[in-house]
Amino acid sequence: MLRQAQHERIAVEAVDLVKDFGDTRAVDGVSLSVPPGSIYGLLGPNGAGKTTTLRVLIGIIDPSSGMRRVLGRERPLEAAGEVGYLPEERGLYPAMHARDAIAFMGALRGLPVHEGRRRADQLLDEHNLGEWARKPIRSLSKGMAQTVQLLGTIVHRPKLIVLDEPFAGLDAINQGRLEELIRRETRAGATVLFSTHVIAHAERLCERVAIIAKGKVAFDGRVDDARAKLSSIVRLRTRSSDGPWRSALPAGTRREGDEWVFELPAAGPEPLLRALLDGGAGIEALAIERPGLHDAFVAIAGNKAAEQMGAEKVQ
Amino acid sequence: MMRFFRSAFVIARRDFTATVLSKTFIFFLLAPLFPLLFGGTFGSISARIASQSAKPVIAVVSSQQDFDRLSDARDELAQALGQDSAPKIIHYAPEANAAAQVKKLLASSDPPIRAVLTGGLDRPHLTGPIATDGNTTGQLRLLISNARVSAASEPSLPVTSVQASSGSLSNDRAVTAQIAQTILFVLTILLSGMLLSQLIEEKSNKIIEVIAAAVPIDAMFVGKLFAMLAASVTGLVVWISAGALLVQMIKHGGVATLPPPAIGWTGFLALTIIYFAMNYLLLGAAFLTIGAQASTAREVQTMSMPVTFGQMLLLLLASTAIGAPDSTEGIIAAIFPLSSPLTMLARAAESPQSWPHVVAILWQALWVGLILRMGSQLFRKTVLKSGPRTKWWKFGRA
Repeated sequence: MLRQAQHERIAVEAVDLVKDFGDTRAVDGVSLSVPPGSIYGLLGPNGAGKTTTLRVLIGIIDPSSGMRRVLGRERPLEAAGEVGYLPEERGLYPAMHARDAIAFMGALRGLPVHEGRRRADQLLDEHNLGEWARKPIRSLSKGMAQTVQLLGTIVHRPKLIVLDEPFAGLDAINQGRLEELIRRETRAGATVLFSTHVIAHAERLCERVAIIAKGKVAFDGRVDDARAKLSSIVRLRTRSSDGPWRSALPAGTRREGDEWVFELPAAGPEPLLRALLDGGAGIEALAIERPGLHDAFVAIAGNKAAEQMGAEKVQ
Repeated sequence: MMRFFRSAFVIARRDFTATVLSKTFIFFLLAPLFPLLFGGTFGSISARIASQSAKPVIAVVSSQQDFDRLSDARDELAQALGQDSAPKIIHYAPEANAAAQVKKLLASSDPPIRAVLTGGLDRPHLTGPIATDGNTTGQLRLLISNARVSAASEPSLPVTSVQASSGSLSNDRAVTAQIAQTILFVLTILLSGMLLSQLIEEKSNKIIEVIAAAVPIDAMFVGKLFAMLAASVTGLVVWISAGALLVQMIKHGGVATLPPPAIGWTGFLALTIIYFAMNYLLLGAAFLTIGAQASTAREVQTMSMPVTFGQMLLLLLASTAIGAPDSTEGIIAAIFPLSSPLTMLARAAESPQSWPHVVAILWQALWVGLILRMGSQLFRKTVLKSGPRTKWWKFGRA
């Protein structure tokens, strides 16, 4: 009973998941837990194992070893009616009408077709696609078709929404709309698990992230905890260029132009400020910069992975 | 279990409507009618040509009495050999100038007189552009010979009518078995080939990910298989009348003259429907499994020829049972799942026992399930790359 209650407190759970494709290990001992009602990001460069992890988690493929649990069920397909999934490679039947495509995706998850069509009309109207409801998918633009597929992912009002690289291929306006939709679904009680290789999206949306590199989870936790792995950076400009106050600067302080740059000491800013004032530094400017998720990612996953992410972002 | 069938139904409904409501389905329906259409068109042209090149008319210049005897002889010949086999004859009373009358008759185009018979039955003489030993000459020689014989000298031939002898019945039933088997084979080869390419669309437009994440692969296979069976049955409903028409055309006297099957017409027709469904499901499940491995239409095309040859081998195996359903070959063909429906339909035409059909249908249904199961597992393994490595001997249990 206690265990069941514990399971219900975790929307998605993975323990030591391993997935091999021949001699290649795509997922290497992934463990993570996604709390219900949260927005959880899987962050990593292409080829890190994000898509395979998601496919294993929702039951498209079985793991080589390890355990997964989705909405309390160890066989993810048993929870299919409560899950919505948007794959990385979008796909719809080109001859199907937009509303039928949405209703079909709902029907696959157990929603009656007539109800699916009713909701499809409503959702299409809400997303300014009402006039396209009875037009075949092949006549829609790529962005519109992506929106239709996204609406098909949520038409049955799932408890868990899994999105694989949902922002790929969307322009800035549609990315903003998608972010808003994700926030709205979580406000309505859904859990959102999505993968991305764009750190900014994860930073804006996620409460928790798992950083994946080479099939392994390098970090799993709150975004703030990831940031906390690095110290804040202090940028100090003084009127005096030298004096006894210099001894108050921590080891590793470097000079960048007319600024002193150093990590915020563990004791916090107060002792440092006092020493600077007492030493006659003459504080002209002082800024404490909190590390971003990108900095945390570099620290956790390494420079190479971060550079790869940067390159992909440019592409 | 309910969820499984509901999922299969969702897939089946989508596939069925996408197939039946597409414009190409009209061509699908019409395709088998093309041969009939051509047959009918050319048949009517031939009939018109045949009617235009009317049978030769023989003008008989004789007494009325001689003509009546000749006409009676002609009717007897027509009754025995068919109307088309007897020459058409028209009576003309002799005129004073016989030579001029013959010349005038041969020049006539209405009716188109081919030759003129003069001299009555005693001294017959034929004039016209015909060969001495030709068909018309020979037929007239036979008519004159019969007309000269009095009715009293005709031999009597009493007839006792009985039901068909067992030898002829067995042969006739083998004909029914062969026709039924061929129809079943042709229908299946026409219809089940579509299943080879059933998963290409899903794989090429990537919707397979959406489906595989929502429903069990087995349910997807079942849904696709039954959707195509339903589409095929829709086609059959359209074709069935055309098929009956074909039999009517190729078999003098129509469907009613086909030798009756041993199990009776009602049972035989019911079994035909069931075995068609089983044959379709068995081969369809195999084709779906094979086709699911293909990624492109080109690969499917490459697969289709060996698959067609495979089907012909199955027909060959099944046809060994015709005439000897209880022979070793017949039993092997009935047990081998993929040839079983064809073999058992032939058996229904030749043997009155019902219980082997119950056993066979259950056996075939079991294999439909097994092939589908193996197909979906293979799809998960080879296409989706799912699950841990499995030893081949444990594959069926995976």
